[in-house]
This record gives sequence, structure tokens and C-alpha cells, in this order.
Amino acid sequence: MRAPRFLLLLLIALPAGIVQGREAAPAADDPVLEKRVMDLASELRCLVCQNQTIADSAAPLAVDLRGQIREQLKGGASEQDVIDYMVARYGDFVRYRPPFEAKTLLLWTGPFLFVVLGAWLLRRRLARPQAAAPELTAAERARAARLLE
Amino acid sequence: MRIAWAVGIFLALVALLAVGLRLNPREVPSPLIGKPAPAFELPLLHAPGKTFSEKDMLGKVWVLNVWASWCGPCLQEHPVITRLSKSGAAPVIGLNYKDARSDALPWLARNGDPFFASVFDATGRIGIDYGVYGVPETYVIDRKGVIRFKQIGPMTPEVIEQRVAPLLKELNAGA
Repeated sequence: MRAPRFLLLLLIALPAGIVQGREAAPAADDPVLEKRVMDLASELRCLVCQNQTIADSAAPLAVDLRGQIREQLKGGASEQDVIDYMVARYGDFVRYRPPFEAKTLLLWTGPFLFVVLGAWLLRRRLARPQAAAPELTAAERARAARLLE
Repeated sequence: MRIAWAVGIFLALVALLAVGLRLNPREVPSPLIGKPAPAFELPLLHAPGKTFSEKDMLGKVWVLNVWASWCGPCLQEHPVITRLSKSGAAPVIGLNYKDARSDALPWLARNGDPFFASVFDATGRIGIDYGVYGVPETYVIDRKGVIRFKQIGPMTPEVIEQRVAPLLKELNAGA
């Protein structure tokens, strides 16, 4: 019963994902520029709805920021220039891929540290000698034999 | 021994998650603290022909309040901003963000106008320079034009009392 119900829920939830997954329609007529704008916008966090990128979000600020990106790229700015522009205003938080620096060291290396820790614990456990079965005395053997008969 | 380990790990996780839950992800630390306030030259809300710039406030400690008539929390914080302005601790400049004059002016007429001056940022361009992402936001700017404090979201009497008032006092006392 459990599995079919889960599948049913999945089927119900599926259309919601499709509807939300659509990206905002491009506004410029230059497809090459628009591709660059959207690629860059999907690297940047929308601060109004924080789990969306600027590319995904329909919040007015995201629309404005896409406009900013478009304007700057059109004006000859590089991708890095635009990222620097955003970071100067909103901080590293706008980047979906935070930079690798002292402050974010644990963030980047944390998962690997956990893998190493897990491997070490596992090894230690496997290497531990199995406790030998205690020897039975003659009386115990006799009792076991009686019980088994 | 093994149980002690398990309980220890469990408690460590609880502590970690408890701290995480108390953090507010909406409060993005502003990279603008300690930096010069971004330049602007904007028309006044009340007089479209005249402009006002952050340079006009050089030499003064002042407060910049970003608001809009369409923003509910702005109305909520309005009495707090009004009280701050009336206290005379510092002039409060209003930055009317992505609004229409036909909405903003009646809003001020209705709720009172606490602002020393109001500038009009129709496109939200200056808002972006100030890292605004949710109105209302409030900045404290010192005599040299450096941002010293930023409040994201509505100003509260507690924040005024604990952060803004002491800071204004300190900045006004300094040479």
C-alpha cells in the first residue's frame, strides 16, 4: 500500500515542478548576449527569494538585476566584472559558488573531511581483532551435550 | 562507552542545528559597512526640478531610510523613524524606492513626513548601489560619508535603543 501511495503523490507533485522550472522569458533580441546574461544570472542568488537564482526569480529586484547584467555585458564588461559588481553590493552571499578562501575553508573541505573521518572509523573497527570465543570447561561441555540431546 | 559516544554526537548535532535555527538567513551581512556611501544625484520627491546628493550631507552624521508607499513594513516602522527624526539625534533622509510620486506624496501627507529631505529613486538604480533587496532598509552614515550601520527590514525601538542611538551619539561626539 505504501509504495503506490508514494507514486501517486509523486505524480501529483510532478506538474508543480514543471510549472516552476520554467525560466523567465528573455527580453532582448540578441540571443548570444541573452545566453550570457542568463548563464551569469543563474550563478547569482536572488536576495528576495533566497533559494532561487536571479535567472529563475520573477521578483522585481531580480528583473532589475538581470537588466543590470544585460546593460553591463552590452557595455563590454566581462563576466567577472559583473560578479564583482554584485559582490561589492550584496556580498559573497549572492554567489551560488562561494569563493575558496580562509572563511569558506570548512564549507569546501567539510564533506571530504567527513569521508576521511568515516574511512578512519571503519578501518579502526575492521582492524580490531575479534574477541576469541571463550573456552568451555569440561563440565560446561557435558551440560551443553545434555541440553542438546 | 559506546552510548556515551552516541549521546555526545547527538548533543553536538542538536547544538549545531539549534544555532543554525537561530540565525536569520534574511540578514545578509552588508559588504558596504565601513565603505563610502555610494554616490547619487537624485531629484527631490517634493520638487522634481531640484536634485540632492549624498555630498550635500558631508560633514554631518545622518540616517538614510529607504522606503516605498507599496511596502507594508515601511508603514509599520514609520512611527519609529518619525520618533528618531523628532529626537533630533540626526537628520533622516528618505529614499523613496521604485515608487510613484502620485502614491508617495499622499502616503507622506497621510502618515506624516519625518524626513529632512526626500529623494526619488524611480528605477531603483541607486537602491542597487546601496545593496537594497528588501525595503525598508536604514543606514547610518558618518561625517566622512562612510556607512557605519545598516538595518535590513523594519526599524524597531529596540534596534534604535541598542544600536542606532549609541552609534549616533558616538559619531556626533567624535570630531
